[in-house]
Amino acid sequence: MTDLLITGARPYGEDPVDVLVRDGLIVETGSDLDRSVPERELLDGAGMVLLPGFVDLHTHLREPGGEESEDVATGSAAAALGGFTAVFAMPNTHPVADTDVVVEHVRRRGAAVGLVDVHPIGAVTVGLEGTRMAELGTMARAGVRIFSDDGRCVHDPLIMRRALEYATALDVVIAQHAEDHRLTAGAQAHEGVVASRLGLAGWPASAEETIVARDCALAREAGAALHVCHVSSARTVEVLRAAKAAGVRVTAEVTPHHLLLTDAALTGYDPVNKVNPPLRTGEDTKAMRAALHEGVIDVVATDHAPHAAQYKDTEWAAARPGMLGLQTALSVLVHTMVEPGLLDWRGVARVLSERPAQIGGLADQGRPIAVGEPANLTLVDPDGVWTVRGAALASRAANTPFEGMRLPATVAATVYRGRITARDGKVDATVDREGST
Amino acid sequence: MKHLLSVTDLDAAAATRLLDTSDRLKQALLGREVRKLPTLRGRTVITMFYENSTRTRVSFEVAGKWMSADTVNVSSSGSSVAKGESLRDTALTLSAMGADCVIVRHPASGSAHRLAAWMDGASADRDANTTGTHTSIVNAGDGTHEHPTQALLDAATLRDRLGEIAGRRIGIVGDVLHSRVARSNVFLLATLGAEVVLVAPPTLLPVGVSQWPCRVGSDLDAELAGLDAVMMLRVQAERMHGSFFPSAREYTIGYGLSAARAARLPGHAVVLHPGPMVRGMEIAPAVADGPSSAILAQVSNGVHIRMAVLYHLLAGAPE
Repeated sequence: MTDLLITGARPYGEDPVDVLVRDGLIVETGSDLDRSVPERELLDGAGMVLLPGFVDLHTHLREPGGEESEDVATGSAAAALGGFTAVFAMPNTHPVADTDVVVEHVRRRGAAVGLVDVHPIGAVTVGLEGTRMAELGTMARAGVRIFSDDGRCVHDPLIMRRALEYATALDVVIAQHAEDHRLTAGAQAHEGVVASRLGLAGWPASAEETIVARDCALAREAGAALHVCHVSSARTVEVLRAAKAAGVRVTAEVTPHHLLLTDAALTGYDPVNKVNPPLRTGEDTKAMRAALHEGVIDVVATDHAPHAAQYKDTEWAAARPGMLGLQTALSVLVHTMVEPGLLDWRGVARVLSERPAQIGGLADQGRPIAVGEPANLTLVDPDGVWTVRGAALASRAANTPFEGMRLPATVAATVYRGRITARDGKVDATVDREGST
Repeated sequence: MKHLLSVTDLDAAAATRLLDTSDRLKQALLGREVRKLPTLRGRTVITMFYENSTRTRVSFEVAGKWMSADTVNVSSSGSSVAKGESLRDTALTLSAMGADCVIVRHPASGSAHRLAAWMDGASADRDANTTGTHTSIVNAGDGTHEHPTQALLDAATLRDRLGEIAGRRIGIVGDVLHSRVARSNVFLLATLGAEVVLVAPPTLLPVGVSQWPCRVGSDLDAELAGLDAVMMLRVQAERMHGSFFPSAREYTIGYGLSAARAARLPGHAVVLHPGPMVRGMEIAPAVADGPSSAILAQVSNGVHIRMAVLYHLLAGAPE
């Protein structure tokens, strides 16, 4: 492998340096490193912000079983183009990733594609049914660090308690989709003024808040690590704040869409805006931004959820919930947090890379930009502006709620283990994207 | 106007024009031996009903026939998913067969909006290259969202009986939460200048109803003397299984329009019900059949209003 020299980029938006990468590691930093060595591939970082590669704790790659919407190859391409060097793949596939066999398959597919680390998340319960604990130990021995029934809540408090207790011996995290389904039966949208006018059954915020409060109490007793997926309600933030103050080992994520979009987007009934948890109010997006600024919400995770046209080109009630997120995450974060001064580039590195890597137990991601560290890096053009077009994204599906929006900041290049995986909006063509094994 | 999806598509002037057209059509047919106008000859009107319905479907069909349109009825029990073909494909198929107007009833809120978008060329496919069709969509009831022609026929009935709508106080009583009739009526009556009062148990009122252009009460008896009209909503007895109210008996005691309650309405007050009625629970038979009841007039007006809607959409009645 030839060396890679990134010239004049600003780590965390600070003073420009040159960064020399060899054999997947950062081997030298400094000003005016020699550009004339012929074996050095040059990556011009002038004017660019250099960040540790992004880590997504919440991705749906849909493989196996949902390849009409996304597969590991197309999802990895979307991740690389979005600046990610590691993603955690949710287990709600067909078959469900509830055994070491399935998680091994997903991991191998990710490695074969080779654009990004693919870390499978294991199911908490067999078949996501919520009744019997899956083989967490076996999956943990196969390298799984996070378990979740995402898409469904581990609703039974006794099952949740046992899973949290069991997880402590394995040093793994239980990530909860917090939704009391008894309160959300038939729910189609955030319960509020918009849904009631549209005649859509409401998803009350209390359905999230009560589960988060319950789980914090359970995690406290178990001494277990709890991660709360896609926080969407302002009052959930207050629950998290109190739990963290009390010493509960709880972390939380917010999605880009819950930072930006509100239920006002629902008035035309276009199911591209249907998502679980639902888009809520302006008060909620404001609270999400404040909580991310403050650190009560630890990380941004995309909940990238591709759905082929046939699952979205339906009446609202029949449409599947979920939206694309990998390629728009950075821009939405810059728009909602960096531009208003709620987060600086150090903060972006923290919420998109360092904290997610810590929560996911990754030793080689989210690391400092320093000599001896793995070269997982994202080069961001902070002055770039682009218009989102679903048809131009790398995913199989086109269900982006940001269609037509002009957003700030573009990913100029992604460096994964010392190799450029995406550059100027194009994926590294030398990679076998089918990842044939 | 290409589609009629929601009463909020209509401002006061547009709604009044529809009511006026309805009145003129009613006059034109009055006393005729052959109730047939040539207005929509050669036009194809298809009703597409995914929910059981007698009165609304027949009303649209009669309206089309009285205006000489070719009317075709398509009904499907269950959702488009259960049937295997998507709602979009079904609608585009009917459009391709030459439907000038598709009248849709569907259990999903917003389905009429979706059909209109598809008729106008929308697609979620990343590589789609679709163009619009000429087909008009009329919402004949979408989930718990709206039923605009019901609100128009209610307005026509109220205007008949009360002379005018502006300034009148209309009570709407019952299951507002699950009622598309209530939503369409609240917003249309407000547009036409009426004062609307909703009366229901709190469990059957939507969250956010305080933002609607109406007042909310929970004591029916306290409202009766001030009402110019009272509209009783259908209450599905199954709702008590969802703990919306404890029993049919308790509902009737609190919110039923008994003869005693009806007697406390002002003498000129009108009693409406969109049907089908649950006699005894929502409304006493003596009230439903009594002199203040306009329930059958609503049904008659329904045909004329639907004629007016088809006329405006398909024959381009002067705006």
